[in-house]
Amino acid sequence: MVKRIKKFFAGTYLGLMLAFLYAPIVILIVYSFNGSKTLGNWTGFTFDWYVQLVKTPEITDALGVTLSVAAISSVVSTVLGTYAAIGLHAMKRRARTVYENISQLPMVNPDLVTGISLMLLFLFVGLKDGYARLVIAHITFNLPYVIFSVLPKLRQSSDLFYEAALDLGCTPMQAIHKVVVPDVMPGIVSGLILAFTLSIDDFVISFFAGNGVDNLSMYIYASARRGVNPALATIIFVPVVTLLLIVNLRSIRQEKNAEIQNRKVGLKR
Amino acid sequence: MKRSNAGKNRGLSGLRMKRSVFAYPYIVWMTAFIFSPMLLILYYAFTGDGGFTLEGIRAALGWDNVRVLLDSIRLALYTTVLCLLFGYPVAYLLSRMKKSTAALLSVFFVVPMWMNFLLRTYAWKVLLGAFTNILYTEGAVLLGMFYNFLPFMILPIYTTLIKLDRSYIEAAGDLGANPATTFLKVVLPLSMPGVVSGITMVFIPSTTTFAISQLLGGGKTMLYGDLIYMKFITEQSWNAGSALSVILLVFVLISMTFMKKAERTTSEEEGGRLW
Repeated sequence: MVKRIKKFFAGTYLGLMLAFLYAPIVILIVYSFNGSKTLGNWTGFTFDWYVQLVKTPEITDALGVTLSVAAISSVVSTVLGTYAAIGLHAMKRRARTVYENISQLPMVNPDLVTGISLMLLFLFVGLKDGYARLVIAHITFNLPYVIFSVLPKLRQSSDLFYEAALDLGCTPMQAIHKVVVPDVMPGIVSGLILAFTLSIDDFVISFFAGNGVDNLSMYIYASARRGVNPALATIIFVPVVTLLLIVNLRSIRQEKNAEIQNRKVGLKR
Repeated sequence: MKRSNAGKNRGLSGLRMKRSVFAYPYIVWMTAFIFSPMLLILYYAFTGDGGFTLEGIRAALGWDNVRVLLDSIRLALYTTVLCLLFGYPVAYLLSRMKKSTAALLSVFFVVPMWMNFLLRTYAWKVLLGAFTNILYTEGAVLLGMFYNFLPFMILPIYTTLIKLDRSYIEAAGDLGANPATTFLKVVLPLSMPGVVSGITMVFIPSTTTFAISQLLGGGKTMLYGDLIYMKFITEQSWNAGSALSVILLVFVLISMTFMKKAERTTSEEEGGRLW
């Protein structure tokens, strides 16, 4: 009985916290099907917001910028970062520590300072193109996340595979592409996904480093006072949730299977 | 035999040298876009109209600016305490559940973190504007910060708690401790590494947050990020803005060192990790 009451309170608390976390997003999504211009006043179901969304060039442009910058920057930073991790891993201890510490700088640095420092650099060298600025900035802040996703996998795997490949006649390039890269693939993939999501989400660095070319975050910031089309919440939220659930459900199912397996063998604590 | 071994070793070190070449493109990139931009900030912070000067730093340490920094620290502290108070129970309850249920539920606690940060904050603006009268107050800013940083507190605590060996709890019970004592004397101390890294992940970013105060505070609550923005963009004063950035960086580094120390004293083991 006590246990059931406890469980009830635990469930209620977790439920309330989840409600708190999702309420603003869900309310925006509901509001996006509302005919009325003001929140809290339901005048009937409509797709008007979505029609408007497609017809607003600022939004479709910003969406295009967000997705293409995320795609380019995540791929470039994954390639560059994977090679970097392989190179760093092979370095002598002291050099490696120095470079790894410097690599952590963008993760430690407040976004604000990273953004401003890049802005100063771009002004200093006279790079005016807003799109190029965004791509460079995003590659820069993505790189450490890729490197630190790949490095642990490299530590887990053995250098002997690489050396064996060389002994068997591979060039270093071939050995890396045919042996090392497949071995650390999970790290590379999670680095890529991480880079992509970070890039999609970024506001502060883009805001300072950018120049005239807006991504979605910058668009939302610029038009917050006038009001932002609530349909944006749906088109951002639904893909993100789906992607995350697909990625996570697989590992959860594996864990569940292991749990069942354990119970069968009687290993369960 | 001996000779062939030596030859092999020489060959190996030669190859090691070659492999580090793969890091060079990254090192070039890093020098261009991480290192030199930071040098530029330092350059502007310590120069004025006529060459090197400490005037910028001195101005940045003026009372008006320090007050804004203290205000930001105060709000960041409130945020951290709120996140800890509400986040710890979530992590604890999740860790007591069946593993697969907990794994699924923890994903749901993380998902909002991956939702566009600006859109979430904007959603609160709409919500607070429509249903309450606290929009454009400090309370609204605090709510926005609490909301945005809560998952960063839950996750590291949760990851330390699930690694906690259940037999310690059983042992405490067997030795006559009631659940409250068990929690205070066993679970809480053992979860400290997670708590420390949660505090790091909430406190430092929330001191330097930008945009939440602009969207939810309506410009009435000035935080350090807003101040730096104002110097750079509104006043176009790069020297003043860079000096403020340097002060912020120093503050962040000091807090990080402090947290690292706390982390080391709470446990030799690594605390919770986000990824």
